[in-house]
Amino acid sequence: MRPLLPILAALIAAIAAAGVGRGEEKPVPLKPGPGEDVVAANCNACHSLDYIRINAPFMTGKTWEAEVSKMINAFGATIEPADAKTITDYLARSYGRPG
Amino acid sequence: MLDRRTLLRGMGGAALAGSGLLPRLAAAADKPALTTGLPEGVYDTADLEALPGKKPLIKLSYRPPNYETPASYFDSAFTPNDAFFVRYHLARIPARLDAATWKIKVGGEGATAPVELDLADLKNGFEQVEIAAVCQCSGNRRGLSDPHVPGVQWGLGAMGSARWKGVRLKDVLAKAGLRKEAIEIVVNGADGPVLDKTPDFVKSIPVWKALDENTLIAWEMNGEPLPHFNGFPVRLVVPGWTATYWMKHLVTVEAVSKPFDGFWVKSAYRIPTGRFPVTQHFLTQMTETSEPITEMVVNLVVAAPAPGHKAKAGRPLEIRGVAWDAGYGIRRVEVSLDEGKTWREAALGQDHGRFAFRPWSFRFTPMKPGTVTVLAKASNGIGQTQAEALIFNPAGYHNNVIRPLAITVV
Repeated sequence: MRPLLPILAALIAAIAAAGVGRGEEKPVPLKPGPGEDVVAANCNACHSLDYIRINAPFMTGKTWEAEVSKMINAFGATIEPADAKTITDYLARSYGRPG
Repeated sequence: MLDRRTLLRGMGGAALAGSGLLPRLAAAADKPALTTGLPEGVYDTADLEALPGKKPLIKLSYRPPNYETPASYFDSAFTPNDAFFVRYHLARIPARLDAATWKIKVGGEGATAPVELDLADLKNGFEQVEIAAVCQCSGNRRGLSDPHVPGVQWGLGAMGSARWKGVRLKDVLAKAGLRKEAIEIVVNGADGPVLDKTPDFVKSIPVWKALDENTLIAWEMNGEPLPHFNGFPVRLVVPGWTATYWMKHLVTVEAVSKPFDGFWVKSAYRIPTGRFPVTQHFLTQMTETSEPITEMVVNLVVAAPAPGHKAKAGRPLEIRGVAWDAGYGIRRVEVSLDEGKTWREAALGQDHGRFAFRPWSFRFTPMKPGTVTVLAKASNGIGQTQAEALIFNPAGYHNNVIRPLAITVV
């Protein structure tokens, strides 16, 4: 194994010299309910689901709808209209307040 | 100093694991000390977690990574690199960034002599400067907006102060033959969106700000290479202005003679026109109703005592923290113990320059058990002070409301 050591050392040095890293991502559970799977499948493509959990429970059905629209119209998320409705309803019910 | 997690590790986790004691303690250790007034979801979700190369910070989102610095770190004029906050908009962040092959393209239609520079070119070709400056996310304290507004629910710690070393952007632009028609400088970094259709995070700054002698292309932070998650290997440093302009992983710098029309300037990072006490405006991007956020407003944070600290009656208590503004310099920090009827001056610590954190401290002796409410406010060199009531805006920017600190005295 001895010849490997210098290579390993060089590799470690190279990694140290370059900026390396990607954080460990633990699963972020969402509240169970109809549409939870649609939310996970769509939203999780671009961002972790803690984004949803920290924006609660002050959002309303209306503001959640605006967020989903923003993701589609401003950020280019491809979400079918029916799925967008499912997502909005789930978010309003599980991570919103009435209004 | 040993924190509880380090202590647990030192005590031998295996022995404790069987006792049923560990999970509870470990779970408690992972919960950060958060300020009051955040959305409930933050208290449920935020954890202390460490990104590679970082100490445990307050994790608000994994992907893109948004981690804030615990307030206890603001007991110092400089924020350690491994505790410096992390903020990304979009999740495609290169896992490896190589300083040796890094290149920055400087050009655009507003430059006559486009150049491509590597790190050696930067270091050898221009005068090197170091400046102490606060890097604060525009949305710092968004989570404290009342009513709450959507977005990353930052508490107090989407900021830090560091010594940044690099070269002046104006020197680099001169090398690229900046034309007099140029009105904005557009900057982009190596990170990008997951979906092609998502607008890449690209920003512009007015040419006069780009030519400010304090605006840098920096590769060093507190005497060390920039951490991966703080823009390695080079980032823009725009002292006095919020961090949205401090482009990380800088790859292009382009001079343009027309206002840049990207999403992150035209639609995001905007404040209602004329509502905030700022003197520097981004005129080529201003409309009647909104304008880009620019300078930071004068503010302070309390680092100690920590939330939940119990002071002892009859014993001196020291309140400490840092104050900062857009570079007019902190002139005064005042403290009130009687709900704002009377104010006493706090002691200011060492001055590390007008763009840096200014430490402050205030000593008093609470005489009887109960609750003491402490108010503290900072004022700057042009007579600005903190807001008594929130100036509400839809993105939750510029929250410098004086925050009452309730201290339990036993």
